[in-house]
Amino acid sequence: MRVFALTQRILRQIVRDKRTMGLLIIAPILVLTMLHLVFNGGDYTPKIGFVDVPTAVVEQMNVEGADITTYSDEKSAKADLADRMIDGYLTFANNAPTVVLEGSDPSVAGATMKWLQQAMPTGQEIGHSPKLTIDYLHGSSDMGTFDYFGPVLLGFFVFFFVFLIAGVSFLRERTTGTLERLLASPLRKWEIVMGYVVGFGIFTMIQSAIIAAYAIYVLGMMMEGAFGYVLLITLLLALTALTLGILLSSFANNELQMMQFIPIIVVPQIFFSGLFNLDTISKWLSWVGPFTPLYYAADALRDIMVRGYGWGAIYMDIFALAGFSLLFIAINILALRKYRKI
Amino acid sequence: MEQLSMCVSIRHVSKSYKKHRVLEDINLDIFEGEIFGLLGPSGAGKTTLVKQLTGLDTPTSGERYLFQTKMPSLKLITSIGYMAQSDALYEDLSAKENLQFFSSLYGLKGEKQTRRIAEVMELVQLSGDLKRLVSNFSGGMKRRLSLAIALLHEPKILILDEPTVGIDPVLRKSIWEAFYKLKQNGTTIIVTTHVMDEAGKCDRLGLIRGGRLIAVGTPDELKEMTNTTTIEEAFLVYGGANK
Repeated sequence: MRVFALTQRILRQIVRDKRTMGLLIIAPILVLTMLHLVFNGGDYTPKIGFVDVPTAVVEQMNVEGADITTYSDEKSAKADLADRMIDGYLTFANNAPTVVLEGSDPSVAGATMKWLQQAMPTGQEIGHSPKLTIDYLHGSSDMGTFDYFGPVLLGFFVFFFVFLIAGVSFLRERTTGTLERLLASPLRKWEIVMGYVVGFGIFTMIQSAIIAAYAIYVLGMMMEGAFGYVLLITLLLALTALTLGILLSSFANNELQMMQFIPIIVVPQIFFSGLFNLDTISKWLSWVGPFTPLYYAADALRDIMVRGYGWGAIYMDIFALAGFSLLFIAINILALRKYRKI
Repeated sequence: MEQLSMCVSIRHVSKSYKKHRVLEDINLDIFEGEIFGLLGPSGAGKTTLVKQLTGLDTPTSGERYLFQTKMPSLKLITSIGYMAQSDALYEDLSAKENLQFFSSLYGLKGEKQTRRIAEVMELVQLSGDLKRLVSNFSGGMKRRLSLAIALLHEPKILILDEPTVGIDPVLRKSIWEAFYKLKQNGTTIIVTTHVMDEAGKCDRLGLIRGGRLIAVGTPDELKEMTNTTTIEEAFLVYGGANK
C-alpha cells in the first residue's frame, strides 16, 4: 500500500511536469527522425577525374553513379583535387591505371574506391564468370545504416533519459529534505526503492512503447521479431538506468553534478553497444563491455529487430539486465542505511 | 507535583562527526504530556539532538528510549510526528496531494484520511489553500503545511524543529494555542527554538550550548536559580558559568 502511495506520487509529479515529460518522449522521437533522414539520404556520388584514360577503357567502363570530369593533363587534375573539386582521379601513365585520392575523409575515399573497383573492367570477367548471386541470412541489400544503428539508439535513449530523470528526482528528494521526511515515517527502505522502480517502470513502459512504435511503424525501422520482446528489453534496460541513476545521485550534491555522470557513465556505454565493431576494440578496453548494461540491451534488441530471434537468443541478455537491476536495488537499500539504520 | 510518566529518556548520548563533537554526554528525561523546549543558538546541536529521537541519526555513544523502548524502532516511529527545520514538501504537488501522500504513508485512507486532512488544515488555517500548488505558497504557509503533515497521524510525541520560523505573531499565537490543545489530549511536544519569548511558553526548558545541555527546568525555576528576570539573562548566566 505504501509502495503504491509512492508510485502514485511519482507519476503525479511526472505528469505535472509537462516539459520533462515532453523531453522524455519528444526528444528521442526528434533525434530518431533526424537520424533517419541523415542516414537514408541516399548513397554518396563520388566526383572522379579521368586523365588520359584510353577511349577503349572508358567504353568498357560502367560510368554510372559518379560525376566524371575529363582532364587533358595531370597538373590541372591535381589542382582540382587540391581544391576539392574532385575526390580522386584515374590516370593511365605507362599503361597501368593509377588512382590518386584526396583522402582527407575516409568515407569519401572509401566510396570513391568502391565505385572505381566496380567500374573498372577486368577484361576476363565479362561474359566468362557467372553472375554472383547474394543471399542474406539476416537483413537485405536495402537494409540501411539506420536499421542497424536503430535498435542501439532506441536502447540508448531510454537509458540516457531515465538515468537522468530518475537520478535528478531522487537527488531532489535528498536535497529538499523530503527523503529524510520519508525516513521519519514508517516507510521501509526497500519500499522507497520499490516505489521508485514501479513508478518510473510504469512511465518507461509508456515512453518506450511510444518511441519504439514510432521508430518501427512511422520511420520504418527494420523489425523482424516481436514488439513485446522489444518492450521487455527496454523496460529492463530502463530499470537498470533507474536504479543506477538513484545510486549515483547519492554521490552528487546538485543537478549539475548529476549531469557530470553523463560523460563518465552514459557516453562510454555507446562504445560497447555495437555501434562500433566490438572485435576491433583494443584489448585494453574491450573487457569493459560486459560490465555495461547497454551492451546486453543492444545485443538483445538487435537480435529481435534485425535478426528476428526470440526468447532463445535473448534470455541471457535478459538475465544480465535483471541482474544489474537487482544488484543496484540491493546497493540502494544498503546506501539508505546512511540515513536510518532500520 | 503530580506523578508523571516518562516519555522520552536520553542517556549519555554523544555524537561526533569525524573530529567535531556535536553532542556531549546528554542526559534528559521528558514526561508525557508536557511541552518541552530546547533553547539554544543555532549550531548548538538542537537539530542533532531531536534527530536522535526520530531515529534519523544514531549517537556515537549512549542510548535513547521512547516509552521505555530503545530507539530506533519502526513501531515507535509511527507514534512520532516530526517536522524538520527545512520544509520537506513536494513543491510541484498541491497541498492536498502532499497531505494525501504523507497520510497514506502512515496508513490513513478513505474517509479517515479526508477527515484528518480537513482537521489539520483547519488547525493551521490553510483550509482555503488545499488545491493550490505548494510552489505558490509563502514561506510561512509552507511552515504551517509542514506542521499540518506532522499532525496528520495523531502522534503521541510531536517533535518540532523551529516550527514558528517565518510565521507572523498572530498566527504564532494561534499555533501555540493549538499546542496547548494537543497537550491537553496527552500529546508530548518537543520544540526547538532560538526565540526567547517563545521559550517562556514551554512547560520546561533545556538550555543547550556548544553541544552540552547546560540547564534543565521550568522557565520560572531557571530564572529563580540565576536570580534573573528573563530567560535570556538566565541563559547568559548558565552560558558564562560553563566557560
